[in-house]
Amino acid sequence: MITVRVQTEAFDLGAETHALSDGRTDIGAVASFVGLVRGGEIEAMTLEHYPAMTAKALKAIAVEAAERWPLLGGTVIHRHGRLLPGDPIVLVAIAAAHRGDAFAACAFIMDYLKTGAPFWKKEETGGESRWVDARAEDEAARDRWR
Amino acid sequence: MKLDLLYFAWVRERIGLDGETRDLAAHTVGEALTALSALGDGYASAFAEPHRLRFALDQDFVDADAALREGAELAIFPPVTGG
Repeated sequence: MITVRVQTEAFDLGAETHALSDGRTDIGAVASFVGLVRGGEIEAMTLEHYPAMTAKALKAIAVEAAERWPLLGGTVIHRHGRLLPGDPIVLVAIAAAHRGDAFAACAFIMDYLKTGAPFWKKEETGGESRWVDARAEDEAARDRWR
Repeated sequence: MKLDLLYFAWVRERIGLDGETRDLAAHTVGEALTALSALGDGYASAFAEPHRLRFALDQDFVDADAALREGAELAIFPPVTGG
């Protein structure tokens, strides 16, 4: 019910949310989140992933969300490869009858994705590149759902 | 124990390989790390700080005490940073 895609190409939020609700009258809410590459000192970012595990991990997170909340559909897209400041990285869009379920499931999926999907970011700054360290705040955000 | 090993991010860079098949004298993930660390400086450097490593066995997260099985896919990588 929740579609998962891992791709290098950009995505279109409007097209994705429209695809969820098009032709349906049971959906009362679509909540979405789009994560972008933050600029500042960062000139570019490369996302590496573990292809055999990535889709499996994202699907497991989506299934858990669908077990916790009454959802009517959803789309999760995560990009990999080299991205520039302002580029979209990740999209989560969740359809439900009511906004509370859509908001909660959207936040839950992002919090679990940050700590449970096998992606690694490498940032380029001033001609040098370094792997991004994991943040304790991300684990705390996930643990609030337990 | 014959294993399909996969390395990602800085673990991959320090070892200089994205993957390999090896027969290791190991029955757990932790024992596999010890056996690999003896193979050279790159491995020893990659595995010097075990608390900075995460593991997946046949594409599921596991802890260092997880039991290996013949022919399993063992991935070794830093904590994930996607999203």
